[in-house]
Amino acid sequence: MNLQGKKVTLHDMCLRDGMHPKRHQISIDQMIDVATALDDAGVPLIEVTHGDGLGGASVNYGFPAASDEEYLDAVVSKLKKAKVSALLLPGIGTVDHLKMAADCGVGTIRVATHCTEADVSEQHIGLARKMGLDTVGFLMMAHMISAEDLLKQALLMESYGANCIYCTDSAGYMMPHDVTERIALLRAKLKPETELGFHGHHNLALGVANSMAAVAAGANRIDGSAAGLGAGAGNTPLEIFAAVMDRMGAVTGVDIFKLMNVAEEKIVPMMDQIVRVDRDSLTLGYAGVYSSFLLFAKRAGAKYGVPSQDILLEMARRKAIGGQEDLIEDVAMELARTRNA
Amino acid sequence: MTKKLRAAIIGPGNIGTDLLMKAKRSGWIEPVWMVGIEESEGIKRARDFGMKVSTSGVDGLVPFVKEDNIQIAFDATSAYVHAENSRKLNELGVIMIDLTPAAIGPFCVPPVNLTELLKEGRKENVNMVTCGGQATIPMVYAVSRIQPVEYGEIVATVASKSVGPGTRKNIDEFTRTTAGAIEKIGGAKKGKAIIIVNPAEPPLIMRDTVHCLTKDKPDQKRITDSIHAMVADVQKYVPGYRLTNAPVFDGNRVSISLNVEGLGDFLPKYSGNLDIMTAAALRTAEMYAEAMSTGATK
Repeated sequence: MNLQGKKVTLHDMCLRDGMHPKRHQISIDQMIDVATALDDAGVPLIEVTHGDGLGGASVNYGFPAASDEEYLDAVVSKLKKAKVSALLLPGIGTVDHLKMAADCGVGTIRVATHCTEADVSEQHIGLARKMGLDTVGFLMMAHMISAEDLLKQALLMESYGANCIYCTDSAGYMMPHDVTERIALLRAKLKPETELGFHGHHNLALGVANSMAAVAAGANRIDGSAAGLGAGAGNTPLEIFAAVMDRMGAVTGVDIFKLMNVAEEKIVPMMDQIVRVDRDSLTLGYAGVYSSFLLFAKRAGAKYGVPSQDILLEMARRKAIGGQEDLIEDVAMELARTRNA
Repeated sequence: MTKKLRAAIIGPGNIGTDLLMKAKRSGWIEPVWMVGIEESEGIKRARDFGMKVSTSGVDGLVPFVKEDNIQIAFDATSAYVHAENSRKLNELGVIMIDLTPAAIGPFCVPPVNLTELLKEGRKENVNMVTCGGQATIPMVYAVSRIQPVEYGEIVATVASKSVGPGTRKNIDEFTRTTAGAIEKIGGAKKGKAIIIVNPAEPPLIMRDTVHCLTKDKPDQKRITDSIHAMVADVQKYVPGYRLTNAPVFDGNRVSISLNVEGLGDFLPKYSGNLDIMTAAALRTAEMYAEAMSTGATK
């Protein structure tokens, strides 16, 4: 694998995907503290919102410590070089949230849909592009469909105006060859100027390897988070990936030692539990389950006396996709009933 | 013998055809016209059902409204053309039941506010909110009629195959309209709606979760009774409307989960989200017909 001289844009997730293991309770002060430290380490792009994106504040996903607007307002003005991105899932957030985020100074909007449903993103991608924002189409749970089917959806998002398309491994299920196949096909068939990105989860401990495969196949944006703070077993640990890129001669523009310090001194102490590959998060990656179901399954398992792994496996059997957190308590109740029957 | 209200259906697609099949069985509504904008499968089907058809939109129907005594129309087209359709037919004294998200007229979820609407007298236009609204607002109301609900949130999970291009192009309209109706007729102080489109095969049956946050500690017994009574009311027109589990009470949170299975008239059974729209629209028309025959609504 030759990555010598390749330019890779690192995109940090700990203040968005990292909201999941923090139950959306990261404080505004912590947001500012982490974001400014990442900025100082040279990370060019930092995502900030509720874990489920703009408008995610809900009973279903959890109410955050502060509103998206408060978080964005607080963080954007404190950054010297880094830009802020916001995630938006159509069906949860709306164009009103998008406009609010743009008003707060967000430079990148990432519009996320399930990998087969790109056509619900037309109005949001179209508007973001029209507003002159860096506009990303984010295809989640991309392991569930073939590279060819993923390409069809990517082409839709590109046609709506996305200037960057992500292959998103929301379940941390993919292996490097899965990533290679998908990214290579997108690279071959999308416009040459359309950027490609990869978002990994570390549930099979393949976040770094998969991201390397993505870069080798033509991706130039890679998501990760300092110390891996993210849903499931976390995202690709950004400081590790940055160090690997450095060793391979790729160019990230990041000070890897400063980034290591952010992970060690700011993120790890913030963790409510160590984000790692435990039996539940491993089950996510093994069975292909949406990573943010993890804590919901642990809580429902404890409440109804059923193993959280069984809940996650049942979620996989029912082909649940991102956003279906409401099914978890229902499944736990049903499993409890059948066990007691 | 009661005199049936003669009706036109605008939009010969899946929804319009399903509605036609349901209306054919109605004791109160007699479907007479099917209105499309061109020759199509749906128009052909309508002819096979013995309907008069227009292939030039509402303009093709207008000259026949009086002689065929059309008194009610269902619009299953899109929000963009609904206003014009409604204006043209209202001028001729036709009541419009709006299945699009246009929401020109008042929202109507039959077991929640249809009786109230009827008391207000004849309406020119009533709107059926959204599929998610029809499925979930009865549950929000089942809680709010017992005690104040500070916040009502619904999560509708629907099969990808049951979500048409119109909804996909403007999915915000679903979340916005549904959230508004949760407040306006569901009785929650603040409303939120979420929709998940799931592509699983075989397609999953529509599933809904309703979360209510009550102002004071929820009265479990009374709320549970109210929910069961409301489920029975909805089952009168959507027999496949079922709780998946007993309501969950957790502090001030009341959570209710449902499956909505359709009748499978024309639409497949999994698309309970579409079935509940056609069934609710027909139910609304029937109640107007009944009220008009007894002179309660002129």
